[in-house]
Amino acid sequence: MINVGLNHFLIVSGILFSLGLYAVVTRKNAVMVLMGIELILNAANINFIAFSKFGNLGLTGQVTALFVIVLAAAEAAIALAIVLNIYKTFNNVNVDEIDHLKD
Amino acid sequence: MNESLLINISIALLFLPLLGFATVIFLGKKVPKIYLFEVFIVGIALIATMALMFVKLAYYQSHDIIMAFNWFSIGIAGMKDSFTVELGIKLDNLAVIMLFVVYLISFLVHLYSIEYMRGDKRYNRYFAYLGIFTFSMLGIVLTHNILMMYIFWELVGLSSYLLIGFWFEKKSASDAGKKAFLVNRVGDIGMFIGIMILFTHYKTFTFDTIFAQMALGNIPFNSTWVLTATGILIFMGAVGKSAQFPLHVWLPDAMEGPTPVSALIHAATMVAAGVYLLTKIFVMLTADAMLTIAVIGGITSFVAATIAITQNDIKKVLAYSTVSQLGYMVLSIGVGAYAFAFFHLVTHAFFKACLFLGSGSVIHSMHHEQDIREMGGLRKKMPITYYTFLVATLAISGIPLTSGFLSKDSLLAGTLAFGKLTGHWLLPAIGFLVAALTAFYMFRLVILTFHGKPKNQHKFDHAHESPFVMAAPLVVLATLSIFFFYTPNPLSAGDGWFISDWVKTPHTVVPASAAFDFMVDHSAAHSAKAINNDAHSATNSSEAVTNKSHSSEANSSAHGEITHSELYTETMHWAHYPAMFASLIVAGLGILLAFVFYQWRKVDADKLAESIKPIYKFSLNKWYIDEIYNATVIAGTLVLARFLSLFDGKVVDGAVNGAGHTTKFISRLGGWFDTFVVDGFVNFTAFVSGFIGLSFRRLQTGKVQTYLVLVIFSVIIILLVIRPF
Amino acid sequence: MMGFPILSLITFLPIIGMLVILFLPKNQDRLVKYTSLIVTAIQLVLAVVLLANFGYSSAGVSDQSTFQFVEKFRWIQIDGVSWLGTVKIDYFLGIDGISMPMILLTAFVSLIATISSWNINKSVKGFFMMFLLLDTGMMGVFVALDFFLFYVFWELMLLPMYFLIGIWGGPRKEYAAIKFFIYTLFGSIFILLVMIGLYFSAQETLANGTKVFTFNLLALMNQSNYLDSGILSAANPHNLRLIAYIALFVGFAIKIPMFPFHTWLPDAHVEAPTPISVILAGVLLKMGTYGIIRISYPIFPDITRDLMWYIGLFGMINIIYGALVAMAQKDFKKLIAYSSISHMGYVLLGMASLTTIGINGAILQMFNHGTITAMLFLIVGVLYDRAHTRGLDDFGGIGVQMPVYTGFVTVAFFAAIGLPSLSGFVSEALVFLGAFSVSSIRIIAIISTLGILLGAGYMLWTLQRVYLGQLNEKWNTLSDLDAREYVMFIPLTIVIIFLGIYPSAMLDIMNTSVNTLVNFIANNANSISLLSGL
Repeated sequence: MINVGLNHFLIVSGILFSLGLYAVVTRKNAVMVLMGIELILNAANINFIAFSKFGNLGLTGQVTALFVIVLAAAEAAIALAIVLNIYKTFNNVNVDEIDHLKD
Repeated sequence: MNESLLINISIALLFLPLLGFATVIFLGKKVPKIYLFEVFIVGIALIATMALMFVKLAYYQSHDIIMAFNWFSIGIAGMKDSFTVELGIKLDNLAVIMLFVVYLISFLVHLYSIEYMRGDKRYNRYFAYLGIFTFSMLGIVLTHNILMMYIFWELVGLSSYLLIGFWFEKKSASDAGKKAFLVNRVGDIGMFIGIMILFTHYKTFTFDTIFAQMALGNIPFNSTWVLTATGILIFMGAVGKSAQFPLHVWLPDAMEGPTPVSALIHAATMVAAGVYLLTKIFVMLTADAMLTIAVIGGITSFVAATIAITQNDIKKVLAYSTVSQLGYMVLSIGVGAYAFAFFHLVTHAFFKACLFLGSGSVIHSMHHEQDIREMGGLRKKMPITYYTFLVATLAISGIPLTSGFLSKDSLLAGTLAFGKLTGHWLLPAIGFLVAALTAFYMFRLVILTFHGKPKNQHKFDHAHESPFVMAAPLVVLATLSIFFFYTPNPLSAGDGWFISDWVKTPHTVVPASAAFDFMVDHSAAHSAKAINNDAHSATNSSEAVTNKSHSSEANSSAHGEITHSELYTETMHWAHYPAMFASLIVAGLGILLAFVFYQWRKVDADKLAESIKPIYKFSLNKWYIDEIYNATVIAGTLVLARFLSLFDGKVVDGAVNGAGHTTKFISRLGGWFDTFVVDGFVNFTAFVSGFIGLSFRRLQTGKVQTYLVLVIFSVIIILLVIRPF
Repeated sequence: MMGFPILSLITFLPIIGMLVILFLPKNQDRLVKYTSLIVTAIQLVLAVVLLANFGYSSAGVSDQSTFQFVEKFRWIQIDGVSWLGTVKIDYFLGIDGISMPMILLTAFVSLIATISSWNINKSVKGFFMMFLLLDTGMMGVFVALDFFLFYVFWELMLLPMYFLIGIWGGPRKEYAAIKFFIYTLFGSIFILLVMIGLYFSAQETLANGTKVFTFNLLALMNQSNYLDSGILSAANPHNLRLIAYIALFVGFAIKIPMFPFHTWLPDAHVEAPTPISVILAGVLLKMGTYGIIRISYPIFPDITRDLMWYIGLFGMINIIYGALVAMAQKDFKKLIAYSSISHMGYVLLGMASLTTIGINGAILQMFNHGTITAMLFLIVGVLYDRAHTRGLDDFGGIGVQMPVYTGFVTVAFFAAIGLPSLSGFVSEALVFLGAFSVSSIRIIAIISTLGILLGAGYMLWTLQRVYLGQLNEKWNTLSDLDAREYVMFIPLTIVIIFLGIYPSAMLDIMNTSVNTLVNFIANNANSISLLSGL
């Protein structure tokens, strides 16, 4: 059995982060963007847990991971509410067309 | 009558017409008949004048009466450059005779005008103007100093202006008035410069004082040249007023005025003022000045006579004949025939006034027709006018038994004597030629107007003899054209009281070197010295001046009739008979020709005119002198005026506005600099930051994803750059 | 002599009137006009009182003791400015035979102008306040004997004039007002510079023996008061007297106005309302020549004598140039304006002669021109009020329609032509006699006589074009003069005829002073030449 070490965790986390980032950057649908963000958050969680096991963080990493999960839930709730509001306003959840920040 | 009474009467006579003027002009609107007051005043004055003249000529014949008072003073008495200007009256024989002439003709013209001007809308004002004219003319006559003469000189100019332009609704009338005033002004400028020379040197304007100084050898600026110039300059005043060539152009135009005015002002009195002025300054004329005057007089008489031949307007013919006769008088002064010049002035005043009033009578009855080609045959209809006109015509032509013969003949004798003494034979030649021309054109006028058949039947039918107030003056004036008022001998004026008692040629005061030799009375040298002594002791006060002139008169009268040299007297005697015969012959010739042409029609005048058309045209158009003046002097002045006005607007004012604009331009430049350079720098900074902002603004797409990409790449770049690993 | 301060009263009375008007209620136009009329009438009465008490044999000119009605006290005193010493300026008024005619003229013309202002309807209150202020300025110039005070009055009169032209004027009033203001101010700067130069060149000895710099004109006339090092002292070999004289002369010449500084005048006249034209031509122009006689001549007698030929030359140019340009005008008022330029040339010519007769003639001409031109402008005003045009060719035959008016016109025109028995003749004759008697400007005098002819030319032409000929049917509704206009014309006519017949009335007033002035110039010019020769 191969010894699963820190590097493996980091690689998984990296792939996950990259996929999440890719989703955030390329998806047009706001919901998909949110999903990407969830992926990124989870990639971060994996890192926390990995460093908690292999690094000298102790339990702090796991606690932080839990905290992030809660945070992600809250974030998802608020973000979806925003997306709903956007949909109400613009009749659309396509992020390309919602560029009012520019003005 | 004593002297002061005479002076007081003459002062009253001077101011009476002014009173008439003031009364009529101020009451004219309210009292329609006020003009009678003016006529009345002049009538009363005429009676007083006759008394005055009688007393003066009978009791004070060789004794002049002078009264003067200070008009104003300049400077503090006794200090440098201080002097006093006097006004004064001098009653000498010439003055009282002129006074009578003026008042008589003035009164007759007043009387005549009552009928002639009836119905005019400015009837009263006309009489007021006659009043102010009479006043100004008398001022000239009575003055004892040249400044006062100039003052009244200008005033007659004013009254002449007002009367010529009396019917000012007519453009030609107002033009003529203006022309008369301006042409006279040209002469007056010369006269004024002459006065300035005299004043600058003598510090006085009084004739007698100046002449007394000259007799002492004290001549202006110690130069006979200046003395000559002074004489000629003062003569310029006479050239203007007496319508001498080249300033004669105003007089024919002045006929635009009412005909009685032409008779009074432009024939008898005012135009003679120039000759009167020459008699006043006669003693200070040098040989050169006299020759100039004679030449001008000769040219004038000739030019005017040649023009008079072809004129068709009855008043124009008379006007040119006036100019011609005035030329005679001036010529006569120039040749030294002083007394005859004045004599001719007086006789001419009467017969020419008669002619003008006669022409007025014709014009009046012909409904203001003035063209002699439209007249004819009036002899039967207007006998009084015809016969008086004929007498006056005979007088002006110089036919014996008339006054004109006496004066003209002796005047021509004077020119002949002058020719013999100085060799200037052309002057007498012109004199006789003009005498022939005069007789010719005057009889042409008489024949065309009164003889023959009427040319315009309609107007002829309306013609009628003039009423009494118009006819009476004609009779009076025609009577005065008869010889016996002047001399008992119808052939020689010299025997008469006029020449031998009343009018005596004064001694010249010009230095002997500058005067004609015949003017210098060599035999009277010692008495001249006596005069000088008197004059010397008597230049301080006006009263002393009076004394002096008394004694100078006493001296000259003590000396008898010899006023020039013996030589001159002899030559005059020599000239007397040749001149008489010659003038008779030329006058007869002229009259004969007139009858040949116009009465008997042996020669067709029109055909003759056609055959010498250029000459005829030249004469008809008055030698084109008006045209020449219009084209040169007047047009030149107007062009210069317009040019200067343009210059003023464009250049002088342009410079001012230019300075203004330049200042404005500079300030605008400053403003521009301030806006674009100083403030521009500030704005430029802002602009640059704005530009940078703008260009970076493109990065702000508003898309979160783009931002995110940028963040990521930035982080990557930063990581690559700082290489924390 | 320090009795009742009548000169101050006559000068500041209009200011009192102005304050009264200021406190009058609004819309009381008649009251304003009557106040102004009463004030100017009192001023004329005071001027006559002055004349009645005037000593004819008192010379004035440079000697304080022979000045009359003198008022003198310290006005400004600043002690202890270390490098300047004491600055002192006197309130110094006094008159002599040179200023007396001008005071009479100012009072008389002001009264006439007030009467002619009766038909001003636009902000009446402001108009009359400005008018009275102007009156004070003019009167002040003629009574001041301190250069500083003179300058204050000189400038004081500018401001109301600017508004009077600029507000109550014709179509181009702004242009004319600004031109007038800037032009005159331009001249004033020169006067100011010379004034300061003189201040630092001469010192007056006070009663307590100390010497102070001074603006006192009489002290400045005394050459012994000048410091050796002063820039305008004759004793200083590098002095700037010639330049200062020219600068001062230019300052005054603009006001006269002398060619080539005259172009503000036609514009100002054409745009100004009639009463202001009357004041402008009647009084203001005289301030220039008065300034030269009062200030330039006695302070710089040497330069005056050196430059008299040029003054005469400019006089001649003014006479002939003004007359010729007048001849070409189409606007009646402009014609009269240019005739003013021509007539002021006679004043210059007379002044240039430096003889008693010439300067007498010049001052008499100043007075006569004041009355005659005032009348001429009133004549234009009367016609303009009725016809609302001033084009010379628009009229014709007015003499038929308005005979009485035309009678006055004839008097005024012939007075302007210089007809004897009217006032213009005497002064012109004296000017010519004066100029002719001086050999250096004799030729100039002879050429200038052309002006008499040209003057007659344009005046008679105007008379013919406007008043003679057939009546233009357009104008057959014009009415003849009304009572108010009679009141304007009759006094002027009387004065014009009176002075023509009896010029002594005016000549005797100025005779002593002018004679003294002429001698003063001659003597001082000699002594200065000696001084600078050393």
